[in-house]
Amino acid sequence: MKRLEKKHPLAIRWFHWINFPVLMVMIWSGLLIYWANDVYRIGFGDRTLLKFFPDWFYARLQVDHKLAMGMAFHFLFMWLFAINGLLYVIYTGMSGEWRYLLPNRGTLREAAQVVLHDLHLSKARLPRRKFNGAQQIAYTSIILMGAGSLATGLAIYKPVQFGWVATLLGGYMMARFLHFWLTVGYCLFFVVHVAQVMRAGWNNFRAMITGYELADEELPELPAEAIVAGATVQEAAR
Amino acid sequence: MSEMDTLDPESRMRRLSRRSFLWGGAALAGAYAGWQWLINRRPDGGVPWPLRRTLEMNEQLNRDYFQPARLSTVYPVSAAGEPRRNGDIGMEEELDPGAWALKVEGVAGAPGPITLRMDAIRSLPKVDVVTELRCIEGWSQVVHWSGARLSDFIAKHPPVTQSGNPARVDRPDDMPEYVGLATPDGGYYVGLDMPAALHPQTLLCYEMNGQPLTADHGAPLRLVIPVRYGVKNIKRIGTIRYVQQRPPDYWAEQGYDWYAGL
Repeated sequence: MKRLEKKHPLAIRWFHWINFPVLMVMIWSGLLIYWANDVYRIGFGDRTLLKFFPDWFYARLQVDHKLAMGMAFHFLFMWLFAINGLLYVIYTGMSGEWRYLLPNRGTLREAAQVVLHDLHLSKARLPRRKFNGAQQIAYTSIILMGAGSLATGLAIYKPVQFGWVATLLGGYMMARFLHFWLTVGYCLFFVVHVAQVMRAGWNNFRAMITGYELADEELPELPAEAIVAGATVQEAAR
Repeated sequence: MSEMDTLDPESRMRRLSRRSFLWGGAALAGAYAGWQWLINRRPDGGVPWPLRRTLEMNEQLNRDYFQPARLSTVYPVSAAGEPRRNGDIGMEEELDPGAWALKVEGVAGAPGPITLRMDAIRSLPKVDVVTELRCIEGWSQVVHWSGARLSDFIAKHPPVTQSGNPARVDRPDDMPEYVGLATPDGGYYVGLDMPAALHPQTLLCYEMNGQPLTADHGAPLRLVIPVRYGVKNIKRIGTIRYVQQRPPDYWAEQGYDWYAGL
């Protein structure tokens, strides 16, 4: 016999799904802006392993020669991104949802186990909890990255009026550099996130839309406080 | 007890899913319609008008937040270098230094435009500013600029005020709202709000990195305004106008923010 298990509150589902297209517009318009001064690369000395971005990339996405358009979109959608993010943080704080999210002492070890498990290097059972250690670290990081994008963005947007923000971040050009790499971070997060969601399956994905998951009756969810590593958790709970 | 609670979990899940996915579909359709609406609006200055309105709303917030006491970070002279020469709009024809004169419109007590020579600028206190020139494209370069403060120039050649009293640079609200600048041929032109024009780092510049300005960088006189993107740092100034109406701006007509404030 299966049972319905409440997983994601309605507010968080909305914040999540609003953020997705808004962030996409921010990254796209950011590309239009970055194109005008595309100086970043991965390399050693004079050797460039990867240039951000190759010409075919710009041509394919048609993001060249649209700086003004990029800025206009960026400076509208920045408000949506900031407000949605801020509301999410306020909601998560007030509702107590942060308890599922915030890493604690055992998290790092658990996250390592999750990674080993997902790479098929370990057969230990994963903790059956809303978010495991790897998720806690990933989801908390992505929120901090969002805050970082707002701070670096503000430093680039108003480097004189918010000169202290720029100074704190190591200067105007450093803020731009960090702003860019945070965005690369979102793209990497996106790839891993989508792959993991696909692996986790339909029931898990559906919970982000409906809020509920179908769970097996005989395995009660562990309280979030019982965060101990891996399989031993299951034993301890019995 | 509602009908829902009597169903088995699988059936309840189906119902929940149907409802949620319908909501999701509606949200998706709404987002798509909103996006189509946005990108198909009539252009205003090169971008759909809702984007132009947003730039203007951002400008209002920025103008409220602006403080003349906030300065662009200054650097030692040793950090200065030569900025990229990014454009020669309005400077296509070669400059005849002997024929150059600065026309100023809207000066108090003058029946029409007044005409000034370089000595009128050089006689004002010379000020050095070593700070970043920030290009709207995203690069920046520390440059050592020398010239007269535009605020000193405005004090010396004050505009007609709104109250009719003599102009005071510490009272920008009594001055005309804007300053417009243009090249002698009118090919390049920028608009500034008066508080930005009066900012202590805003210079009528005639020396770059200790040398007289070259033609490439706007000889004989250019604007340096670190609280604005490089596009507002107009080269080869021919005209300065004190105006109540928002002056036209070359790049704002091409889709960029008119304010371009930093």
